Amino acid sequence: MEIFTTAIGLILSGDKDLMTIIALSLRVSLSATLIAALFAIPAGAALAILQFPGRRMLLVISSAFMALPPVVVGLAIYLLLSRSGPLGTLGLLFTPTAMIVAQTVLIFPIILSLTHQAVQPLNREYISLFNALDTPRFLRIRTIIWDARFAVSVAILAGFGRALAEVGAVIIVGGNINGLTRVMTTTIALETSKGNLQLALALGLVLLVIAFSVNLLTHTIARMGEKYQTVRA
Amino acid sequence: MKFLSLLAALMFATTAAADTSITLASTTSTQNSGLYEFLLPKFTAETGITVHVVAVGTGQAIKIAQNGDADALLVHHRASEDAFVANGYGIERRDVMYNDYVIIGPKSDPADVGTSKTTTQALNTIHAAQSLFISRGDDSGTHKKERELWTAAEIATNGTWYREIGAGMGAALNMAAATDAYLMSDRGTWLSFGNTQNLTILFQGESQLRNPYGLILVNPEIHPHADTASARRLADWITSPTGQQAIAEFRVENKQLFCPNAQPEQDSKAFCPSDSAQN
Repeated sequence: MEIFTTAIGLILSGDKDLMTIIALSLRVSLSATLIAALFAIPAGAALAILQFPGRRMLLVISSAFMALPPVVVGLAIYLLLSRSGPLGTLGLLFTPTAMIVAQTVLIFPIILSLTHQAVQPLNREYISLFNALDTPRFLRIRTIIWDARFAVSVAILAGFGRALAEVGAVIIVGGNINGLTRVMTTTIALETSKGNLQLALALGLVLLVIAFSVNLLTHTIARMGEKYQTVRA
Repeated sequence: MKFLSLLAALMFATTAAADTSITLASTTSTQNSGLYEFLLPKFTAETGITVHVVAVGTGQAIKIAQNGDADALLVHHRASEDAFVANGYGIERRDVMYNDYVIIGPKSDPADVGTSKTTTQALNTIHAAQSLFISRGDDSGTHKKERELWTAAEIATNGTWYREIGAGMGAALNMAAATDAYLMSDRGTWLSFGNTQNLTILFQGESQLRNPYGLILVNPEIHPHADTASARRLADWITSPTGQQAIAEFRVENKQLFCPNAQPEQDSKAFCPSDSAQN
């Protein structure tokens, strides 16, 4: 019970350090989700709609990459961005940008695979119509993504949830620097290591509340969309 | 609503035009104690230089500096520090401060470590009783030191009683607290640790357990992008009377954690927990 009071107290206190941490968490994870979604959704739809050699292989690879451990992604990005690595001159290691890159890589295959799954049944339904009308490929992809938008938004949410909750990648590439790259999950890890278990758990609850709010918002939007569709039909 | 507006403001705020910032690769033992949060704002107020601390184990901190991903290094393992400088990666090593290691275990003390006269004897009693011992196993300064002590005591640590967990000091303390095990910790992390449960200090104060910290600048000849000038200002400040005084003033639960030793003449005046424990 004490944990709940601590958690609620933390949120209501409006403590500036905590707000900075929450804001950075959201900024990093939302940016990563946006960038990943921008490329993964068209790619996932294209894999469902277009026929080309190696398509199956790509699908298998992308599903396999859903199981990519965050630490491995973090380590790969770390080696890439380190001053001694190939992209070292950019000086991006231990910055929020590096964290966005790592999370983008991490959730790209998730959004791609889930989009593919969401789009495939629609494609089966539409394909004869598309063929009869001789619809260009780009238009097929666009139409199907739009018609599957609620299922696709679930794919985006899954990606966002994974990004917001992961700690392995951001702690390696971000370095958990106070006020610069410290996010909710790395704070929880740090407080646990300091033995401040109550505070760590309270922060975990705060993270959960944020994730819950974002999901609620998206579902509300989805519901509104469904209503709009029914009215239109 | 205030919560939301503040959050939105922070989220979209472009990162404040940071004047100058340097990255300091350092150890969890200094970070977890809260020393940097106490010390660095004073330095930033005086010089306008922001210090970004990446806190990892000493071994990893040295690798970060070696790769050029930091401008300075503050760690606690003299042999590794000297090797870092000798290999040309670092310049201008300076003494900054020290504290000491303590041997911690359950209050009931089944191995009877508490009556030991020397560190070697303390380790021997743990081994003889086959009591659970948690080792960091992460190539950190504390881990290297602990390995050296076992070697010095000529004890083979290959039984099931000896557990290498490959984690930070805090995680090791959490595990020891949960399993009533023995372990070695730096005094700073121990004093600021929140989840002590049944654990207590059982052995301390021998000169073998001293834990000195050194500050090294990353060699700009190897890593030209390193901001050596700003890093040197940090080193100058930390070893100056002002910086040393600040280190001596840092308290956790009313106890001094670190003894400044950059300026030997000041050293004797300072009250140090490890020194007092020795008396």
